[in-house]
Amino acid sequence: MSGRLKVFWQMVRRLSGDDAYEQYLKHYARHHYADADHACHLPLSKADFFRQWQDEKWNGIKRCC
Amino acid sequence: MNQLLKNAIWLLIALLGASAVGGIALNRGENINALWFIAAALCVYAIGYRFYATWIAATVLSVDETRATPAERLDNGRDFVPTNKWIVFGHHFAAIAGPGPLVGPTLAAQFGYLPGTLWILFGAVLGGCVQDMVTLFLSTRRNAKSLGQMARDELGPLGGSAALIATLAIMIILIAVLGLVVVNAMKHSPWATFTVSATIPIALFVGVYMRYFRPGQVLEASALGVVLLLLSVAGGRFVDEHETLRLLFDHEGLTLAWWIMAYGFAAAILPVWLLLAPRDYLSTYMKLGTITLLAVAIILLQPVVKMPAITQFIDGTGPIFGGKLFPFVFITIACGAISGFHALIASGTTPKLLSNERDICMIGYGGMLLESFVAIMAMIAATVLDPGVFFAINSSVGVVGADTADAVAKISSWGYPVTVEQMQNLAHQMGEATLFARTGGAPSLAVGMASIFGSAFGEGLLALWYHFAIMFEAIFILTTLDAGTRVGRFMLQDMLGNIWPKMGETSWLPSVVFSSALVVSGWGYFLYIGVIDPNGGVNILWPLFGIANQMLASIALCVATGILIKSGKLKHAWVTGLPLIGLVIITTTAAWQKIASDDIRIGFFSAANDLTDKLAAGVLSPAKAAIAPQLIFNLHLDAWLTVFFVSLLWLIVFDMLRVCARYLSGKSVLPLTESAHSPSRLVEDWVRD
Repeated sequence: MSGRLKVFWQMVRRLSGDDAYEQYLKHYARHHYADADHACHLPLSKADFFRQWQDEKWNGIKRCC
Repeated sequence: MNQLLKNAIWLLIALLGASAVGGIALNRGENINALWFIAAALCVYAIGYRFYATWIAATVLSVDETRATPAERLDNGRDFVPTNKWIVFGHHFAAIAGPGPLVGPTLAAQFGYLPGTLWILFGAVLGGCVQDMVTLFLSTRRNAKSLGQMARDELGPLGGSAALIATLAIMIILIAVLGLVVVNAMKHSPWATFTVSATIPIALFVGVYMRYFRPGQVLEASALGVVLLLLSVAGGRFVDEHETLRLLFDHEGLTLAWWIMAYGFAAAILPVWLLLAPRDYLSTYMKLGTITLLAVAIILLQPVVKMPAITQFIDGTGPIFGGKLFPFVFITIACGAISGFHALIASGTTPKLLSNERDICMIGYGGMLLESFVAIMAMIAATVLDPGVFFAINSSVGVVGADTADAVAKISSWGYPVTVEQMQNLAHQMGEATLFARTGGAPSLAVGMASIFGSAFGEGLLALWYHFAIMFEAIFILTTLDAGTRVGRFMLQDMLGNIWPKMGETSWLPSVVFSSALVVSGWGYFLYIGVIDPNGGVNILWPLFGIANQMLASIALCVATGILIKSGKLKHAWVTGLPLIGLVIITTTAAWQKIASDDIRIGFFSAANDLTDKLAAGVLSPAKAAIAPQLIFNLHLDAWLTVFFVSLLWLIVFDMLRVCARYLSGKSVLPLTESAHSPSRLVEDWVRD
C-alpha cells in the first residue's frame, strides 16, 4: 500500500511540476557530464531554473475552453 | 478460454450500453435515475475506445511504437521531455477541460435531457475524440508543430492564415461569453463577488510565494492557496451578512464588466509568474478535485433527473436561446462533443511530452472521452433541478418579464410549474437575494451541484456548496480569460510585427500595452453589449462561440483529411471526412439561420430590423430606446461576423478539396512534412532499467 501511495505522490509531484527541478538536474547529469566536448555551463540554481521553466510553460496556447 | 471470456465481457458491456441508451432514449413521462446516464456513457466510451480508437490507431494512422517521438529526439529537459503517459494524460486533460463542457450542456438542457446527452456521447466517440487523436498524431509526426503551421505546410498559405484568423476570432468571442457568464453569476451577489475577487490576491500571494519565498515549491504554495480559496468561500458569508461590507461587493452587471476588462488587461501585461501561473495551479486543482467530487456524489446519491426527455422547445421557441433542435443543439454543445479548440492543445503542446506513439490513443482519444464525461455530469446537474426552477433561473428578463409573479406565471404556462415562494426559498437556501433570470448557465449549474453535494455530504451547507460551485466555475473561467487575452496579445503582436517589426517584439512595452488594449477592447465590446442586452446576451454570444468553435474543428478535420489523402489513405479518409461533412452541414445551417431567419429570436438581421422599426414607431420604453441603437449596430456586426466565419470555413474546405483533387489526379502538391523515421531507444532503456 505504501508503495502505491508513493507512486501516487510521485505522480502528483510530476503533474504539478513540483519536481521539475529534480528532473532537470537528472537530465543535466545524463546529457551534459556524459559529453566531454560539450561546452558546459553549471546547472541553473533552483530559483533561476524555476523562473525560466515558468515563463516557458506559458508561452503559447496552454488552456482551452 | 480467455478469448471467449473477453468476448463475453464485451458483449455484456454492449448489451448494458444499448439498454442504458435505449432506456434514457425511450423513457417518457417518468423520472429517470442519473445512474442510467453514467452507465450509458461508460459503456459507449468503452466500446468506442476498445473498437474504434484502437482500430484507427492501428489501421488508419499506423502508429509505430518503435519510432522515436519529438520528445525523445529533441529532449531538452524543459519543454520537450519524454514523460510517463499518465502524467501526459493529466496535463492534456487539464489543458482541454475548461468551462465549456459545463456551460454548453446546461444551456442545451432547454431541449430536454435527451438531445444533448446523445450528441455528447456520439459526437465525442465519432467526432471530437477522433479529431483530438488524429491531430495529436499528425503533430507528433511533425516535430510537435502547431495546427496553423501544419495547415500552412500541408495545404498552403490560405489554410495557414485561415487557421490563425479563426483562432484569434474564437478567442475573442470565447472570452466575451465566459466573462458574461461570470458577470451574471456575480451580479448583485456580494457573496459571489467577494469570493471571486478574493481569488486574485490569493493568486498573487501564491505567485510571490513560489517565485521568491520558496522558489519552485509548487505543491506547498498551491496547498496554501487552496486552503485560502476555501476560506474565501466561507468568508463570503460574513461579507454578505455585514451591513457595510456587503455594499462594497454589491454591483450592477455593467460595473462588474468594467472590472473584468480591467482585470483582463492587467493579466495580459503582468508577468506570468505573478498572476497567470499561480491562478492556473489553483484552478487546475479545483477543477480536478471538484469534478471527481461531483462524480462521487452522483454515484453515491443517484439523483433523479426531473427534466423531460424532450421539451416543446425543440420547435425553436426556447427561452434560453432561440433556434430549432437542428442545428442548434450541435452548436450549443461544442466542448464535450467536439471542440476545435482542442486541436490547438493536441498540436504543439502535448506532443512535446509524448514518449511513445502507442500512447496517442489513450491520451488523444481518452482525454476527450473524459471531457465528454464532464459534460454528461453537467447535463445531470442541470436536469436534476425541477424544470420550472431551471427555466426560472435561466430565462432572461427580456423573455419572461422583470416581475417575478409574471415570470412564474409564464414559466408555469409552459407546463413547468414553479412558484415565487419556491424560488425565494431556494434563493434563501443558496444565500442569494434572488435566482430569477441568472442567465449564462453558471448559477443553475451551481444550484444543481449544490443540491447534489448537499444531499450527498450535508444538507445544511447548501449556501456554502452553491458559492463553492460558483467559485469553482469562476476561477477557471478567469484562467481562460487571462490566458486567452495573453495568447491573443501574442498573436496580434505577431501579426502586427509583419507590418512594423518593432510591434512584434513581445517585450517592447508600447507594443505590449497597445496590443493588449486592442484584444481587451475586442472582447470587452461583446461583453459590454451582452451585459446591457435585456435578453441576457448569452443567447447571442453562445451560438456565435459555438459556430466559431465548430469552424475551428472543421479546419482541424480539413487538415487531417487532407493529410490522410495525401498519404495515400483515401480508403480510410472517411474517419475524419465524415465528421467534417457533419460539422460543415451543422455550422453552415446554423450560420445561415442566424443570418437569414425571419424569426427575430434567431436571425440577426431580422432582429435588427424589428428593433429599428420599433424604435422608429416609438413603442420602446425610454430605457430600451436609449440602448437600441447600440443593440442594432451589434446585431449587424454579429451577422457580418457570422458571414465571415462561414466564408472562412468554406474557403478552407475548398482549399483542402483542391489539394486532394490535385493529389488524386497525379498533379504536384506540397510534399508531406512528416519527419523521418528514427528508432526509439526509450523502449530498450526501460527494458534495461
